[in-house]
Amino acid sequence: MFCLVDCNSFYASCEQVFRPDLRDKPVVVLSNNDCFIVARSAQAKAMGIGDLQSVFDIKSWMQQQNVAIFSSNYPLYGDLSARVMTTLHLFSPNMEIYSIDEMFLYLEGFNQQSLDGSMTDYGRKIKQTVYQHTALPVGVGIAPTKTLAKLANRAAKTIPKCQGVCVLDSAEKWDWMKQRTPVNKIWGISSRFSARLADLNIYTAMELANADPKYIRRHFNVCVERIIEELNGHACLSLEEIPTIKKQIYCTRSFAQKTRQLQPILDAISLYVARACEKLRAQHSLAASVQVLLYSSTYEANYYNSNRVVQLPYPSDDTRLISTIARAITRRLVKPGVAYMKAGIGLLDLSSKRHQQLDLFHPGQAPKTDQLMQVMDKINNTYGKNSVYLAAEGVHQKWAMRQAYRSPAYTSRWHELPVIHC
Amino acid sequence: MTLGHMKRLPLPLFIHSVPAGFPSPADDYLERSLDLNSYLIKHPAATYLARAKGHSMKGCGIYDGDLLIVDRSLEPKHGQIVIAALDGQLTCKILDKTRHRLLSANKQFAPIAIGEFSELIIEGVVIHSVRHHVHP
Repeated sequence: MFCLVDCNSFYASCEQVFRPDLRDKPVVVLSNNDCFIVARSAQAKAMGIGDLQSVFDIKSWMQQQNVAIFSSNYPLYGDLSARVMTTLHLFSPNMEIYSIDEMFLYLEGFNQQSLDGSMTDYGRKIKQTVYQHTALPVGVGIAPTKTLAKLANRAAKTIPKCQGVCVLDSAEKWDWMKQRTPVNKIWGISSRFSARLADLNIYTAMELANADPKYIRRHFNVCVERIIEELNGHACLSLEEIPTIKKQIYCTRSFAQKTRQLQPILDAISLYVARACEKLRAQHSLAASVQVLLYSSTYEANYYNSNRVVQLPYPSDDTRLISTIARAITRRLVKPGVAYMKAGIGLLDLSSKRHQQLDLFHPGQAPKTDQLMQVMDKINNTYGKNSVYLAAEGVHQKWAMRQAYRSPAYTSRWHELPVIHC
Repeated sequence: MTLGHMKRLPLPLFIHSVPAGFPSPADDYLERSLDLNSYLIKHPAATYLARAKGHSMKGCGIYDGDLLIVDRSLEPKHGQIVIAALDGQLTCKILDKTRHRLLSANKQFAPIAIGEFSELIIEGVVIHSVRHHVHP
């Protein structure tokens, strides 16, 4: 049986762990630059605050309503997420970390014939233990396939009677849920696919499960065919215990303030390249192309965005090379007079460093470069991010993340530990 | 070179003296250095560090500024030092289960009665407190 454990409003719940006064209160967490709302506690959702809503529009209203507002605090979320994962390991040695707040467990020793009661009890025990150890509420969905476990998890969260735990272990139970689930809520069905499925009169998960897999495969792809099998209780997807290697790496951010000048944009692009290259080297890949993206403010009259992809002379993970090229692209892209709000870079066309195709006419990246990059990463891992960086990243970084409402890094900085009143 | 100039070298500790001849098989098992984390913390994923503020727990040897090591996974027992969420504030007190009270370890602070029907939320058990005699 597969078990999907999903943390409820994860970022907002993390902000409540060391603030008991905020539990049962409306709490929102903002995106990297305090621009958008990315997480809402149940109470904030009930007030009608939308996902990804612009903070700009409703900030003063939220302050009037005593909504607790927080900037993203990734050190805290990362630490608490790791604690949830460690706690879940008590229940199964086989776990797939699907995202910062979702984990699949494979529960062995349970089969479809086992008593419903015992499995629901097990789910409840998972929920209670995670709450006791971490103060984070989770929803638990258990079913014979990953796709059905996703449905079970949805039921656990949306049907109050489930109290956060739902087991779909028999055909009648999952049929009941499938009839009540629109296709676009199925894991892996995009809104584009659901529109095309609507043309075939397929609106619910039940209707998709009853469709002819061969026909669907011809008109969609093998993934959708697999979803049909999964919806009928035949497991096609297994746990991916090793995180998959990314095919592209992007790093994009909004600026704290609009800029019409070239220099701050160049600084930002260099920093984004540095971050993306660190990730690239961590997964032992080389990039063959780099993309630069620039966006102007959407509130400005002459809204303008542009991007360009350029091929590198040879596949590389060298921050210096990629940064030089990205800066050259940026110089060409930036239009005078446009107020830029956001920039980003993408590393594309990635290949494994180990299975590198060598170029007949070019020796590729020099071994000395590999050594330098290794040393840079090692220093930054040991002494903290940005201990050493290219001077091109800019020394002042006026545009860096705006984080006006950040909570303390309760679990990762000595001088920000929670204070206990005695 | 005088003795004072010699650098100190860390030496591995052998369990057994080594006479000439057959070495002790125990020497394959060199002792590891002591790790305070693993000695003090049994449930790392459920254990948090916090800073004490105030004087109500002096009698237990918890002073203002001490470091508290709190294990959330333990079932709080009668008489243990616990962290409670009291009026939305994290507070350190002694749990009196029999009389439903939270006690201070300082005569100047009165016991706090917990309504029999109101649910008291215990956030964890204080398993150790650390006094700094020289500030880190």
